[in-house]
Amino acid sequence: MKIAVVRFPGSNCDADALAAAADAGAEAVYVWHRSTDLQGADAVVLPGGFSYGDYLRPGAIARFSPVMRAVAAHAAAGRPLLGICNGFQILCEAQLLPGALVRNSGLSFVCRPVCVRVENNATPFTARYRPGQCLTMPVAHGAGRFVADQATLDRLEREEQVIFRYVGGNPNGAMRDIAGITNQDRNVVGLMPHPERASEALLGSSDGAAMFALAAVAAVA
Amino acid sequence: MRFRARVRVMPRATILDPQGQAVAHALGELGFSGVADARVGRAVELELDAASAEAAREGALRMCERLLANPVTEDFALDAVEPA
Repeated sequence: MKIAVVRFPGSNCDADALAAAADAGAEAVYVWHRSTDLQGADAVVLPGGFSYGDYLRPGAIARFSPVMRAVAAHAAAGRPLLGICNGFQILCEAQLLPGALVRNSGLSFVCRPVCVRVENNATPFTARYRPGQCLTMPVAHGAGRFVADQATLDRLEREEQVIFRYVGGNPNGAMRDIAGITNQDRNVVGLMPHPERASEALLGSSDGAAMFALAAVAAVA
Repeated sequence: MRFRARVRVMPRATILDPQGQAVAHALGELGFSGVADARVGRAVELELDAASAEAAREGALRMCERLLANPVTEDFALDAVEPA
């Protein structure tokens, strides 16, 4: 299992994501955003941060980085692709996931642990969780409010593409308490909370570690 | 020829605009009465080299669709295209 962590200018959770992937037993490598070579990675992670300073809109500039052509091809081939926080914003801007992430309804930057419920474990990244399981992971974002039109929201619910939902408080005003979603093929997942910051007990929670342990699933795919 | 194009990007009316709400609230606090609503968007000024104003307009519209506005959450308008 080889996991590539893409680094954009302004990524700041890349080292944490790499460590979480390595701790899960993967060969973890960085890929610079100017590269178009994913080094044969089985799975790709777009980490959190503030790519391009969030200029224009979070993720709006990063989606045109050269590496994103390779990332889109990787996703189109059905291979696992995970976007965390800014990575989720980039995936929505790139239209690899539906909807958009806009300014938190409370306007403030929210940085604290939250609880999310696993709504669907039928993705490479959630296969090790039980449906209904609650995970504690931190959020750290100013623009994490998931929005989409009603038809898109209804389709996400109907097709079971909502992967994580906030429970016990919605930190950003996300529609229908959505914290993470997947695409129709179930191989692309985006979420606002940070599993890599909850990947060992020393960090306060190890609930996110299993998201990086996707060897068995990928082998089947 | 060089043209200046002014693009206005606004959050879609159906999407909560907390920034606009904060501005409306602050105006009320300052004593400005009768501010029923405020919405905050973004203006982009582009200087474009193009054969004609029409070509500059076409180019600016494509830029809005591709990058300057998010089609999920924002509406855009091209306010003016004039010689720079």
